[in-house]
Amino acid sequence: MAMLEIKDIEVYYGVIQAIKGISFTVNEGEVIALIGANGAGKTTTLQTITGMIAPAAGEILFEGTDIAKIPGHKIVSMGMAHVPEGRRVFAELSVYENLKLGAYTRKDKNEVAETLERVYRSFPRLKERKNQLAGTLSGGEQQMLAMGRALMSKPKIVLMDEPSMGLSPILVEEIFNIIREISAGGTTVLLVEQNAKKALAIADRAYVLETGKIVLSGDAKEMLNNDSIKKAYLGE
Amino acid sequence: MNFLTYLINGISLGSVYAIIALGYTMVYGIAKMLNFAHGDVIMIGCYVVFLAMSRSGLPALPSVALAVVACTLLGITVEKIAYKPLRRATPLAVLITAIGVSYFLQNMALLLFGADTKSFSPVVNVPALKLADGALTISGTTIVTVAACIVIMIGLSLFVKRTKAGQAMLAVSEDKDAAQLMGVNVNATISLTFAIGSGLAAIAGVLFCSAYPTLTPYTGSMPGIKAFTAAVFGGIGSIPGALIGGILLGVIEIFGRAYISSQLSDAIVFAVLIVVLLVKPTGLLGRQVHEKV
Repeated sequence: MAMLEIKDIEVYYGVIQAIKGISFTVNEGEVIALIGANGAGKTTTLQTITGMIAPAAGEILFEGTDIAKIPGHKIVSMGMAHVPEGRRVFAELSVYENLKLGAYTRKDKNEVAETLERVYRSFPRLKERKNQLAGTLSGGEQQMLAMGRALMSKPKIVLMDEPSMGLSPILVEEIFNIIREISAGGTTVLLVEQNAKKALAIADRAYVLETGKIVLSGDAKEMLNNDSIKKAYLGE
Repeated sequence: MNFLTYLINGISLGSVYAIIALGYTMVYGIAKMLNFAHGDVIMIGCYVVFLAMSRSGLPALPSVALAVVACTLLGITVEKIAYKPLRRATPLAVLITAIGVSYFLQNMALLLFGADTKSFSPVVNVPALKLADGALTISGTTIVTVAACIVIMIGLSLFVKRTKAGQAMLAVSEDKDAAQLMGVNVNATISLTFAIGSGLAAIAGVLFCSAYPTLTPYTGSMPGIKAFTAAVFGGIGSIPGALIGGILLGVIEIFGRAYISSQLSDAIVFAVLIVVLLVKPTGLLGRQVHEKV
């Protein structure tokens, strides 16, 4: 059984239909990439899955439960975390406070402390700056904080929206290494990226979105060699 | 000695403004709305205390506790019925609704309690403090008011900084969507904010009416507007800003009344607000609002 199964979801912004019936699956342990141009509906898809936007139609099955009608704040504790586009860290709170908020739904203090140590090990720079306000961090550090914050809920699956956006090539490399590590640690990853080349390189499978529809899907490595993909998304 | 007396009275009045201003500033910080009905919650709280003490013969402390409970419930109810359905409406619609709620509460009080002025018997029963061989007297009400303000400020700061619910409030005030992604129930957090603000309004109302013991259905509106001014003065959305804005406003008002003109004191207060906003539009401690793209 797929861990996450999206079935024919449709999403509207007012009268404009942003998602025109999308279906896809994510299996446990996979890294799935959603790629496509600006405005294709990638971010909307992720926001719909985590309950930030309500779909007009369709089902979102997470481990067999339809979460489309569950209030957004209850989805985290089911084991799904979302690293939103633009990081959205709490600028006026410290790095430590941001990470603690990531574990907001968890009750066991010892386990939370354990996860915090693990996040600090994966992101040593966050530990160095734990008392600094998140708003004073650099873009790359904020991205790491947003990822670390998501991991604090100990998710089974992490949805990441454009984690490499606006970062220097070295930092992009670092962020993708971290995604690889997160995946190696047993967490399933659903990745939205404009940097299609990088995304396809670490993904198992990929879906290509165009104006609210999935136009292509398949093995990520095969897509890297697909001529039409190369032309449209890889800039070759 | 007169100067000191005025200063102390100003700090006392300012403490009341500060406690009321907390309600404005917290609700603004979290729900991004101006709850113009906040002042009228104060008035309802005063009537609860008045009726509990004069009609039911309840002692002061249980009466105040009853008022806090009543106002907390009132705050939650108003939020649920009037404001929650407008969560995604334009700010103007919410503002007009808040003014409507304010009129509703005033007229409900008029209907229930009548238009006649009730003489509010002070609830504070603490002896006055005489200093400097009796040249300087600090009334019991003043002592309790300032102490209550300090305790509330410290308590609230600790609550926001140290508790999970407090951190959730800060998260919601900064970014509702991101807070929801952390698993924070945004609606419940907004409700909690209204509950705290309204409960504090009851305390502020009792302290205000102990110092100025006339109670009518319109008693809440003037301190409400002044406290709103204090919140803007200090920087709306900021808890320390509410304290500083409140105290300064109280002191300016009393000094204005004593040294310039008792008729002009309100005008002076608002003139100072205009000057502050011209020089620093975000208020004394207000943070720069970044427009999100």
